Amino acid sequence: MFAIYKKELRSYFINPIGYVYVGVFLALAALLCCYTTIISGSYDTSAYFMYMMFAFVILIPILTMRLFAEERKLRTEQLLLTAPVTLTGMVLGKFFAALTLFASTLLVSCINFIPIYAVAAAERGNQDYDFYHIGPVTGELVGCLVSLLLIGAAFIAIGTFISALTENQLAAAVITIAVIAGMVGIGVLNNYIDVYWLRVVLSWVSVYSRFGNFANGLFDFAAILYYASLSFVFLFLTVRVYEKRRWG
Amino acid sequence: MIKIEHLVKNYGSNCAVDDISLEVGEGEIVGFLGPNGAGKSTTMNILTGYLSSTSGRVSVAGIDVLNDPLNAKRQIGYLPEQPPLYLDMTVDEYLNFNYELKGCRLDKIAHLGEVCEVVRIGDVRKRVIKNLSKGYRQRVGIAGALVGNPQVIIFDEPTVGLDPKQIIEIRNLIRGLGKQHTVVLSTHILQEVQAVCDRIVIINKGRIVADEKTENITRVIENNRRFNAKICGPQSQVLATLKTLPGITYAEALAERDGDAVTYMIESAPGVDIRKKLFFTLAERGWALIGLEALGLSLEDIFITVVNKSDEESAPTRYTRRTRSRARNSLEGQVASELVAEADRRREEASVLGLSDDADTDSDRSGGSDGN
Repeated sequence: MFAIYKKELRSYFINPIGYVYVGVFLALAALLCCYTTIISGSYDTSAYFMYMMFAFVILIPILTMRLFAEERKLRTEQLLLTAPVTLTGMVLGKFFAALTLFASTLLVSCINFIPIYAVAAAERGNQDYDFYHIGPVTGELVGCLVSLLLIGAAFIAIGTFISALTENQLAAAVITIAVIAGMVGIGVLNNYIDVYWLRVVLSWVSVYSRFGNFANGLFDFAAILYYASLSFVFLFLTVRVYEKRRWG
Repeated sequence: MIKIEHLVKNYGSNCAVDDISLEVGEGEIVGFLGPNGAGKSTTMNILTGYLSSTSGRVSVAGIDVLNDPLNAKRQIGYLPEQPPLYLDMTVDEYLNFNYELKGCRLDKIAHLGEVCEVVRIGDVRKRVIKNLSKGYRQRVGIAGALVGNPQVIIFDEPTVGLDPKQIIEIRNLIRGLGKQHTVVLSTHILQEVQAVCDRIVIINKGRIVADEKTENITRVIENNRRFNAKICGPQSQVLATLKTLPGITYAEALAERDGDAVTYMIESAPGVDIRKKLFFTLAERGWALIGLEALGLSLEDIFITVVNKSDEESAPTRYTRRTRSRARNSLEGQVASELVAEADRRREEASVLGLSDDADTDSDRSGGSDGN
C-alpha cells in the first residue's frame, strides 16, 4: 500500500496535473479570501469556507480523475492487481495520496489568514479598550478547516469511486463534477423548497447544510461522522468495483 | 510448481477456458500455443490472480491462488501482453516501484543491478520509459517481472511487435531465465515455442488439444516439408518439371518475383529430402536455383497434425477423418490472420539473414537513440 501511495503522490508532480491543481487551488483560495474578508471589511471567515467548498467542485476532480481511469487505460492496473497487494491496500494507497496533496494544499492556503490576523492585531493596537473580541475567531477557523478537510476527503472518495468506473479520465472528471455539484447544490436549493419533509431529507443528505454549524462556530460531531462515513462508503464501493471486475 | 486442475472460466455464456488441467514442473519452460482468443491469456490471468476462475483449482508452488492470493502472487512474475509500464517514470523509478510493490527483502541496489544486467537495460536506467523503443520497453517489462526473483515467470506473448533482431534477443533471454525459474509463455507463433520451450501445450477454444515435449512436435513437423524455391527459368516449364519430379507432392508458382526468378512453393513427400535432387535436376536444365527456404508448418497444419495424432493414439481409426475435417473447418477462419502474420514475420526474418547490416543499423536506431 505504501508503495502505491508513494508512487501516486510522486506522479502528481511528474505530471503537470499536480502543479495545475496546487496553482488553481491557491489562486482561488487567495482570491476568495481577499474578497470575502479584506475587501468586504469583515473578520468573518465562514463565507470564505463556503466558497471554498464550491471551488472543490472543480478542484477535487482534477485530483481524482486519473487515479484509476489512467491505470485502466494504460493497462498498468494489471501490475497492481497481480502484485502482492490487497485491493483495499491499493484503493487506500491512492486515496491517501490524493488526500495528502489536498490536505497539504489546504494547509498552505492558511497563509491567507495571516493578513487578516495582522489587520486585527493592528486594529487592537489602536484601541485601548477591550470590550469585545476583534479579529477572526480562531476556534471557529480551526473547526471550519477540519470540516473542510473531511468534506474534501469525502469528495475525493467519491471521485476515486467514479474514476474506478471508467477508463476515460475526462468522463470521470465530468461525472465527478456533476455529482459533487449536486451534493453541494442540494443544500443551496434547499432554501427554496417549501415541502417540509423534503427539506428535512435533503438537508440530511446535503454536505452544504451540515457545514452550516461549523460556519456558525459549532463543532458538529454528527457532521464529522457523516463526512467520514461518506468517505468510507465510497472507498468500500471502489474496492467492490475491483472485486466485481475480477469475478466478471 | 504450477498445478491447474479442471479450470473453467465463463464470461457470461461464453466459455473462455473449458476444463483445463495441467502441471508444470520446476525449471520447465512451457509454451502455450494457440490462435488469438483460444484462452491462453485468460488462463494466465487466472494463474496470476488478475481474474478469478469460474471453477477449478490453481496453485503455484503449492499455494492456492484463491485461498492465499498474496503469497501466491509473491511467487509469480508476470508480463502481460501489453507491458504495464508507467510511461512517465524512468526505468530506475519503475523498477524501484516494482521492488517496493512486491515488498522485496533482497538487497535493493544489488538486486536491481542484477536484473538490469540480465535483461541488458543497464544503459537506459536513467531514461524516461516514454522515450524508449518498443524492444527496450519490453525488456523493462521483463525486468519488472523479474524483480523479487520469483520462482515462476509468466510471459504473455512476449515478442509481439518486436523487430526480428529483438525477437531473437528476447527469446535467448527467456531461454536463459529457464535455468533458474519456471517459465510459462504464450504465443501464436510456432517457431517461438520451438526455439524456446521444453514443452508445448496447444490450446484451442479453451481446451488443451496437445501437450507434448518440443522434440515430439518437431518430429511431426520434419515429416512434412515445404520449401520456397527461387528459380530462374521459363515459368511453365519449371513448374511442369517440378510437378513431375518424384518426391514432390505439390508445386505452385507464387506471385513473388526476384529479377527474372520466380518463387515456387514446393511440398515434398514425408520422409524425403528433396533438396539435393532438386538442385541437380535444375542444374541439368540450366535453370539457376538462387534461393531455397524451408517453411515450417503453419499453425493450422500443426493443429490438424496434432489433433489427428492424439486421436489416432486414443480413438479408433475411423473416427480420425471426421475429427480431422472438423478441426480444419473450425480453424480455417481463425487461423487465416495468423498465417498472414506468420508470413510477414518470416519475410522479416529472412531479410535479417540476408541484409544483416541494414537490420543492425535499424534496430540500433530504434533501440539506442530513439526518442531523443
